[in-house]
Amino acid sequence: MTQPRIELLLALLGAAAMVLAAMATPWLKFVLTLALAKGIAVLGIMLLLRAGQVSFGHALYVALGAYTVAFLAPSMPDAALLLVAAALGTTVAGLLIGLFVSRYREIFFGMLNLALSMVFYSMLEKFYHYTRGTDGIRVPSLTVAGVPLDRVSYEWTIFGMALVLALGFGVFARVYLASPLGQALSAIKTRETRLDFMGVSSRNVLLSAYVLSALMAGCAGALIAMTSRHVTPLLAYWTASGELVFIAILGGAGGVLGPFLGAAAYELVRVYAAATVADMWQMILGAVLLLVILFARGGIWGLLSSRLQRGRVA
Amino acid sequence: MRALLEARGLRLAFGGVKAADGIDLDVMEHEFLAIIGPNGAGKTTFINMTTGYLKPQGGTITYSGAEITGRRPRDIVRRGVARSFQLPQLFSEHTVEENAALAIASREGIWSPFAPLLRPAWRQEARELLDRFGLLPVAGQRADALNEGTRKLADIAMAVALKPRLLLMDEPTSGVAAAEKMGIVETLVRVLRDARVTAVFVEHDMDVVERFADRVAVWSQGRIAALGPPAQVLADPAVQRDVIGIERPAAGVAHA
Repeated sequence: MTQPRIELLLALLGAAAMVLAAMATPWLKFVLTLALAKGIAVLGIMLLLRAGQVSFGHALYVALGAYTVAFLAPSMPDAALLLVAAALGTTVAGLLIGLFVSRYREIFFGMLNLALSMVFYSMLEKFYHYTRGTDGIRVPSLTVAGVPLDRVSYEWTIFGMALVLALGFGVFARVYLASPLGQALSAIKTRETRLDFMGVSSRNVLLSAYVLSALMAGCAGALIAMTSRHVTPLLAYWTASGELVFIAILGGAGGVLGPFLGAAAYELVRVYAAATVADMWQMILGAVLLLVILFARGGIWGLLSSRLQRGRVA
Repeated sequence: MRALLEARGLRLAFGGVKAADGIDLDVMEHEFLAIIGPNGAGKTTFINMTTGYLKPQGGTITYSGAEITGRRPRDIVRRGVARSFQLPQLFSEHTVEENAALAIASREGIWSPFAPLLRPAWRQEARELLDRFGLLPVAGQRADALNEGTRKLADIAMAVALKPRLLLMDEPTSGVAAAEKMGIVETLVRVLRDARVTAVFVEHDMDVVERFADRVAVWSQGRIAALGPPAQVLADPAVQRDVIGIERPAAGVAHA
């Protein structure tokens, strides 16, 4: 079986396992929906990592997607339409900001993104009249295709949307990374100058990945708003951006399953660590990341894929 | 023959060092022009100015009748001027085949996010190209696993994949083991002649220059000190003394 087919099979098995887990333990549905949403956002981070660029500010797009839902929900309560609106808004924002930040590389790229996300955080916090500051905005009940749903049906619907989007973006990212455009991203990391001497604008290659990553983060933000039903400026805070990078390292940037494995592991470790040792869950997460950096540079997906390759060779 | 590239009065200085001090040069279509000269004479600077990496402080560069002075590298490449590098610029995490395919994709259009890089047509073209350069046996190897001679050839193969009319090569044989050198140059010249590519190459090995160049230009302190057929230029006592002296024994000694 070819590598893409194995990955697709693993993705479908993972999706089935999530559905079964959500059926067996209903409260896990909330955790898994958040994990899927964060996995989508991290998938975008992974595209940038392929070009050797780390964004410490992508929570900006998560928050923008979430606030788009919160602002529009009272007048347009349909979940699918809100998702489209969030995707459009963050794509445009990603394009405008990307035109600026794609000129920069490495630490400057990372810190510019961080700075812009903190500007957005401050705007959300200070413009109380519109955003209700740190109190945040409560997202009203949403409908699906014009039909109001009860709580359980609504949770399943948003969970299903997250699952379909995760699979859709995952398949797209896999195809994208194998395309000339995706391969040019890796070329930026190793020999950017050569790309320019082949007639390719490396800046535009990075910009295309940046816009895609903003779109993914925006959809993730919309899903988070629909799931938690409450948005606050903390969604744009720098620690939220750091969390996405944390998950990317934890899951591994070598394959499209990495972000989702990382997000699921992160959310589950956080929930169970917080439940067992309430004051020390950050320490446990930190220790997990330390172990990954020291012993599994490729993250969870790196461990898994190397085992799979060994199995195929044997 | 008509001039494909015309440089007129090119000037560029780095601080007080004149890397180009009024360069006038015509490169004729389909010729192989060698550039020789001591280190620091401005040979690479000429390539860098022609390919858009450096902007001259004065003078003009005209390619195929259109002025390209100071244009961006990718604009110049799209017009048909490619280059290879003294230190091979390969995508180290990609295989040799993928490197070639990326060059083909750059030429054909890189912006489709749905079709794979190694689509059948591009893969076939990449393999045919690598075969012409004798690189097919290493097509599946990562670029960072190759020896220097193979890296040089792969670097030039990527430039040829762009189907240029003019190819500028910066020391294509430097760092290559003496035993491999002539074989590599013969392969290279055969491929370029077949593709009817005009070539300008910076070279330190006078045997290579003598054997493969149609004309040779001698660079000295940012100027062209001599220009003509290799037999004539390399026999010039001033060139032998000032440029070749330490690199090549006097003609009589070499054949004694």
